[in-house]
Amino acid sequence: MDSKTPTTFRILIGKPGLDGHDRGAKVIARALRDAGFEVIYSGLHQTPESLVRTAIQEDVDGIGLSILSGAHNTLMPDIVRLLGEAGADDIFVFGGGIIPTGDIPALKEAGVRAIFTPGTSTTEVIEFVRQACVDKFSAQT
Amino acid sequence: MSGDLLPRILNGETRAAARLMRLVDDGAPRAREIMSALFPHTGNAYILGVTGNPGSGKSTLVNQLISRFRRQELTVGCVAVDPTSPFSGGAILGDRVRMQDHATDDGVFIRSVATRGHMGGLSRSTPAMVQVMDAMGFDMVIIETVGVGQDEVEIVQFADTSLVVLIPGLGDDIQADKAGLLEIADIFVLNKADRPGIKRLNREIRAMLNLHRIADGEDEPYRPVICQTSAIADEGVDELIESIDAHRSSLASGDPAVRQRKRHSHLVRAIARTELESLFSLHTTSEKFQDLIDQVTSGTLDPYGAADELTRWLIQ
Ligand SMILES: Nc1nc2c(ncn2[C@@H]2O[C@H](COP(=O)(O)OP(=O)(O)OP(=O)(O)O)[C@@H](O)[C@H]2O)c(=O)[nH]1
Ligand SMILES: [Mg+2]
Repeated sequence: MDSKTPTTFRILIGKPGLDGHDRGAKVIARALRDAGFEVIYSGLHQTPESLVRTAIQEDVDGIGLSILSGAHNTLMPDIVRLLGEAGADDIFVFGGGIIPTGDIPALKEAGVRAIFTPGTSTTEVIEFVRQACVDKFSAQT
Repeated sequence: MSGDLLPRILNGETRAAARLMRLVDDGAPRAREIMSALFPHTGNAYILGVTGNPGSGKSTLVNQLISRFRRQELTVGCVAVDPTSPFSGGAILGDRVRMQDHATDDGVFIRSVATRGHMGGLSRSTPAMVQVMDAMGFDMVIIETVGVGQDEVEIVQFADTSLVVLIPGLGDDIQADKAGLLEIADIFVLNKADRPGIKRLNREIRAMLNLHRIADGEDEPYRPVICQTSAIADEGVDELIESIDAHRSSLASGDPAVRQRKRHSHLVRAIARTELESLFSLHTTSEKFQDLIDQVTSGTLDPYGAADELTRWLIQ
């Protein structure tokens, strides 16, 4: 995708929690694929544990979470914490869905790198993801 | 992170193994070194290939097979290949969606792989991924690949037992393809047996196998068999497991050296081909290559002479 980095970036798009709407997740997955990323899609109803294990098995650079159930304040920090416990805190976490702006500072405090609220353009999401991947890649080499 | 990957992999560490797989996929030079040091630790896993048309239910079936193997207390690795988009170079790898029952099981390691520019449908790094899982100590390694083309034939020959998944209702136009499947299938899995047309499909495949039997004589040690499954309803899977076991026993009664030789010859070919391909792409972006094209364009060299010259550099 980028001639300067000898790798293809990999992103896990995860749907933790109970809500059964994956349209948003699929839109982002397709946009990332069209931007040259390899996207691993988890399917619905994942737990933080299953997502963290999936991320490690797939050696992804980042995890994008789509949460519409309102449970983001527990699910997102749980995932960041489990990544840390697994020695995988170089994997960045970002998210979107229905997330009140008032919740964003605490989520960032907990280690979520970016939150995209409804109406954000996919271009903006892709730019964030690309930059975060490039930063991670240069940090590890 | 990439220092000392090998001991960590042999110790069963997922993160180290996943990183080596990434290096292999990226064609990193140090991946080659580690893979060659890893090779002596391979050869213990039983390799099962699953191939078939897109959407035929391969991942759903693999999910059920993993459950069965886990019940037998076997650990399972799975390499699931999906196509890379020819437009962007990106991919959506969705095979896992059907296998997430096993996402939190320590005894299961699933890795999604994109074909990355190999248009035929197979990722060149698949054999190496299988070897990494093998060296980690997984008892079974399942390879899922889409489609049945030349590349699939190659990967499936790398497997100990090859399943070809067919479904009813695809029509007669794929009959021609089915003939090619004879060479690679140890077991024909007729999936979606809950769908209309399953009897007809069964008849067709059976007739094809009988024709083949007459042509070949009766002295073959093993004959492909047919299994009918409904992966989504978890029906016919136990019978499929029995057929896999039967094929496995037939291999075990054969000469293990012959089997090893077969696997090694595929491996060496795959590695050599990958190297030739990367050499090739290196040469076709070089100035020397441009120079050759200039000569062809100006009429001082014909394309055959230019290709000869190119080939000569490649093998030097
Ligand atoms: N009716 C019926 N549907 C099935 C059966 N097995 C799988 N399916 C469905 O077929 C569709 C494709 O299943 P997958 O398991 O993703 O098929 P696949 O061959 O892995 O697909 P690709 O990896 O995309 O080529 C899904 O909607 C499954 O639910 C079956 O036995 N009967
Ligand atoms: Mg599949």
